[in-house]
Amino acid sequence: MSNVKFDKKEFEKEVKLTDEIIEKIPLFGTPLEKITEDEIEIEIFPNRPDILSLQGYLRSFKAFLGKETGLKKYKTQKPDKEYKVKIDSSVKSVRPFTACAIVKNLQLSDEKIKELIDLQEKLHITIGRNRQKIAIGIYPLEKISLPIRYEARNPKEIKFIPLGETNVMDGNQILSKHPTGRDYAHLLQEKSIFPVFVDSKDNILSMPPIINSNDTGKVSVETKEVFIECSGFHLETIQKTLNIIVTTLAEMGGKICQMSLDYSDKKLITPDLSSEKIKISLENVNSLLGLNLKEAEVQKLLSRMGHDYKNKSVEIAPWRTDILHEVDLIEDIAIAHGYEKLIPEMPSVSTIGEESLKAKIKSEIAEILTGLGLTEISAYHLIKKQEAELNNLQDALELENSKTEYKYLRPNLLTPALRILSENKDNEYPQEIFEIGTVFTTEKRNKCETRVQENQNLAILLTPSNITKIKQILDYLTKSIGLQYKIEELNDPLSIEGRTASIIIGGKPIGRMGELHPETLRSWGIKMPISYLEISLEQLTPSWNQPEKD
Amino acid sequence: MESLQKTIDKLSPLERKIAPFLNLPVKEIKEKSGLDNTSLLRALKFLESKGLIKTNTEKKRIIALGTNGIYYKKNHLPERSLLILIENRKVIPLEEAKKISKLSENEFKVSLGILKSKAMIELKNGKIFLTASKEEITKKTLEEQLIESLPLEESKLQPEQQFALQNLKKRKDIVEIEEKTTTAINLTDSGKQIAGKRIESHLIEEVTPEVIKNWKRGNKFRRYDLNSNAPVLYGGKKHFVNKAIEKGKRIWLDMGFKEMSSTITQTSFWNFDALFTAQDHPVRELQDTFFLKDLKGNLPEKKLVDEVKKTHEQGVDKSKGWQYSWDEEESKRVVLRTHTTCLSAKTLASLDVKKDLPAKFFSIGKCFRNETVDWSHGFEFYQTEGIVVDKNLSLRNLLGYLKEFYKKMGFEKVRFAPGYFPYTEPSVEINVFHPEKKVWIELGGAGIFRPEITIPLLGTKVPVLAWGQGFDRIITDHYQIKDLREMYSNDLSDLRKKQVWMK
Repeated sequence: MSNVKFDKKEFEKEVKLTDEIIEKIPLFGTPLEKITEDEIEIEIFPNRPDILSLQGYLRSFKAFLGKETGLKKYKTQKPDKEYKVKIDSSVKSVRPFTACAIVKNLQLSDEKIKELIDLQEKLHITIGRNRQKIAIGIYPLEKISLPIRYEARNPKEIKFIPLGETNVMDGNQILSKHPTGRDYAHLLQEKSIFPVFVDSKDNILSMPPIINSNDTGKVSVETKEVFIECSGFHLETIQKTLNIIVTTLAEMGGKICQMSLDYSDKKLITPDLSSEKIKISLENVNSLLGLNLKEAEVQKLLSRMGHDYKNKSVEIAPWRTDILHEVDLIEDIAIAHGYEKLIPEMPSVSTIGEESLKAKIKSEIAEILTGLGLTEISAYHLIKKQEAELNNLQDALELENSKTEYKYLRPNLLTPALRILSENKDNEYPQEIFEIGTVFTTEKRNKCETRVQENQNLAILLTPSNITKIKQILDYLTKSIGLQYKIEELNDPLSIEGRTASIIIGGKPIGRMGELHPETLRSWGIKMPISYLEISLEQLTPSWNQPEKD
Repeated sequence: MESLQKTIDKLSPLERKIAPFLNLPVKEIKEKSGLDNTSLLRALKFLESKGLIKTNTEKKRIIALGTNGIYYKKNHLPERSLLILIENRKVIPLEEAKKISKLSENEFKVSLGILKSKAMIELKNGKIFLTASKEEITKKTLEEQLIESLPLEESKLQPEQQFALQNLKKRKDIVEIEEKTTTAINLTDSGKQIAGKRIESHLIEEVTPEVIKNWKRGNKFRRYDLNSNAPVLYGGKKHFVNKAIEKGKRIWLDMGFKEMSSTITQTSFWNFDALFTAQDHPVRELQDTFFLKDLKGNLPEKKLVDEVKKTHEQGVDKSKGWQYSWDEEESKRVVLRTHTTCLSAKTLASLDVKKDLPAKFFSIGKCFRNETVDWSHGFEFYQTEGIVVDKNLSLRNLLGYLKEFYKKMGFEKVRFAPGYFPYTEPSVEINVFHPEKKVWIELGGAGIFRPEITIPLLGTKVPVLAWGQGFDRIITDHYQIKDLREMYSNDLSDLRKKQVWMK
C-alpha cells in the first residue's frame, strides 16, 4: 500500500474539494487519509500505479466525476533518425529489457521536479518491487549524445561519477561504497557483468537499477527535454511503466517522442500508446454485480473509468496494469455505478450450519474445567529464545527474521503458561489456569525431511498446589469423558523425581503431570509451588481423529 | 433511620462483646473485651457502618533506635570512640588508630569521614592530627543528642533533630521508623444509648441442624446487616477473547455456515499461490510474513499444482496471468498463515461442484504477521473468514451477508467502498458505524474470488463470495481495550473481573 500526498492548490485547480467531492474519493477506490490546509493524502492500492501522480490521479478521477470521460488519447511523434537505443545481447543475462522515450517542451519548476522524483520513487517501490523488477532513469537530453546503447560490462570497466559524488568510481566500488549502491547491491551482487546505458560519446549515463551518473543524470529547472528509460525483466510491465511516466509528463505539457529500440532479435518502437481490447459480456456484468444494467449504461459507466466500449469489447488505456480479466472491468463498472448505490441483498441459499467437531470437543473440555473454577488463559503461539532454553526445548521450531524477541513456535503449552504465572506473581492466589491450544513439534520423516506437526493440547497449572490436586482434576476430567487412565512414573528434569508421571490412555502416553522442581520455579522467578498436567487432546478423545463430515 | 431496636437486633456477638466498654478508650476496650486486634478493629468497623460510632484513625511514624542504635546508646557512637582515642594521642598513625579503636572497617571509615567533615581532625602523611578544641570535643553532637531522646514522633522533630535523623538514616540500623496506627472512637447519638450497656441476646445466629431440630415458635434470629460487604469470590471463566470468538461463531452457525478448521502452519502454496498472489508480491517477503526456518512442506496433487502454475504464468479463462516463471520450490516454503483465506482455498479444493453446492463455510482463526508489538500492533491477530459458493451469486449478495453478520454483532450501519486484494474482484472494504463513539471503524476486506482462484481450485467458474476481516477490532472495541497487548497479557486479576458479553 502506498500513500500519496497531493498539493491541495494544484488539486483544486482541476477539482474543487467540496464536501460532495470529498465523499467521492473513497468511493473511487482511493481511501482518503486526511486533508490538511495545503495537502490531501490518499491511499493508492498497489493495482493502480497509474494514479500515483497528481496528473494521473486527476485524469482518472475527473472521468469518474463525469468530466473528460472515455479513453484519453495522447499524441506521439514518430522517432527521429537519431532517437535510437541499441540493446546489446550481453544484457540478456542481467537485465534483459528496456523501454525508452524522449519528452520535449517541458517547463519544469522545482515543484514539478519534486513530483516527478516522487512518482519515480513510488513506481520503484510498488510496481518495480524495489527496483528489482523495474528501474527508471530520467536524464536531461542536452547532456546526452544520441543514439544510446544499453549493454552489460565487466564492473571494473564501468567508470563514472555516480550521483552525489565527486570522484570516478567503478561498478564494484559503487556497490560497496556509495550509499545508494549499498542499498541495492543485492540486485547485482551475484552477476559478473553489470548493465549500463551509454551515449554515443561513450559517456556512461547510468548503471541500472542502481544509480545515474552525476554528469548526465540530474534534471533541473533548465531542462526542457528528457530521455527516459525503464529497465527490467518483464517487457510489458516496463512498457506500461514508461507509459505512466510519459503521459504524466504530457499532462504537464510535454510532447511525447518515440524511440526505436534495436534488440538483437526484434525491433520495437516505444512508448507504445496503442490501446488493448478485452471482450466483456453484459450478462456476466449483471450477474456478478446483481444489477440489471443496459448496454448503454455499461458503456457510460466504463467511460467514467477511462475506458471506451464498442461492440462488446472494451478499449483499455495503455497505462492500466491491472486489467487481467473481464472481472477487473466489472469492478470498474461497479465503482462507476457507486458502491454506495449497491443494495445489500441476502440470497436464499439454504444450508445447514455446523460447528467443527474439534471446536465442539475443545469447548466441552473448557466447560468442564471452568466448572471446577479454573481460569482460561490465551497465550501467544510464539515463545522467546531464553524461554525455550529454560525448559530444555532444543527442538522448538525457529522462525526466520522475527522482528520481536519471540522467535520460536511453542512446542508445549507449559512454557507460555509459566511465563504467564511468573507475570502474575503479584495477583491473588490461588491461581488455577488452563489453556487449550495449538503446539508445534517437528516430525522427522527421514534423514533430510522434517515436517511440522501441529497438535491440540490441554495444559492445567495450579499454584500453590501439589500432585494430589492435579490428579483430582485429571480424575474428574477423564471420568466426565468416560475414560480411564494409567500412570507411569517418569523422569523429567523440570519436575520433582517421584512426583512426575506419564499419563497413559488406551496404552498410549498422552501427556504428563507433576510437581515442578524448585529449581525450575526459581529459574522462572516463581515463588509458589506449581503442579501441572499437559495432555494431547488428539489422544484424549477417541472421536478426535474421525474424519469431519461434509 | 431505622429504629434503635432494629439496630440492636443486628449487633453481632462480636459487637455485643464490646458494647459495654464503648465509653472507654480503645486500648481499654481491648483489654476488657479480651478481643484480639483484628477482631476488635472489625467490630469497630461494623459499629461504624451501623452509625453507632465514628472511628478516627491516625497514622504516626515513630522514630526509634535500631539494633546498632541501642548498642551505641549504651556505649558510644563509633566516631566518639575514635575521637576519644585521638584526643588522648593528639597525633596517631592511621593504621594504629584503626587497630586500637577496635572499630569495624566500615565503622572506622564512616567515623573518619564524619570527624573530617566536622573539621575536628586532619589527615596528613597517613597520620591523624587532632584539630578540635577541648570545648568542641566535650560538646555532644546533634546525632548523640537525638539518640538519647528517642523514641520520638517524626512529625514533631525540631529542624536540628531532622538534620541529625537524615544523617543517621544513612547509617546501618541506628534508627528505625515504625508506623503506628492509633484508633480513637467517638460515639454518635444512637451509639450513646447502647454504650456501657450489657446487651443480652437470645437471638439465634446461624441456622444449624441443631437449630432446625430444636426449633420453637417464638425463637428469633439476629438481624443481619445485608449491606455489609461479602468477601470477593471469583469463578472459573473462559478467556474473554475466546468468549468473543464463540459469539461470532454462533452468528455464522445461525446463518447456516459450516466451520472450517486447519493448521496454523501452511505452505506458501495454500497461503499465497492458490490465492493468485504472485511470487514476487511484497507480502511474501520476510519482513511481512513469518517463514519457518529450513522447512519445506508438501504440495497437493500434481494436477492442482500444475493448474495453479499455469494460472500464474499465463492465466486461465482468458486472464493474462502474472506472466512470470512460477517456482514450485518457493511454494513449498512453510509460513504461519497470514490470513484464514488459505482455509477457504483448501475448502474450495475439497468441494465437488456437482454434489456439494450450495455451500457456506466460515472460520474465526488466529493469523500471524511479522510485526513489532505496541499498543496498536501485534504479531498475532484473529480473522473472521467466510465463503459462499453457488451459481448466480452477486456482489450485492456479498454485501447482504456482511451486513447481516455485523448487524448481529451490534453494528446497524455498515458502509462499503472499493478495495483491493490480489484474489478478489470486485473487492470491497467494510466500515461499520460505532453507535456510541459515532465513528466509522475499518474492518477489512471482502470480494468475489477471481476466476484465477476458482477455476484451478473448483475446476469451474462459479462465483465464490469471500471475506476475511480482522476480528480484534471487534473484540477490543467491545471490551473497551485501548492497548492491543491487553488481549494477550493474561493478567489474572483482569481476566477474573472481565464482564460477560451479554448482547
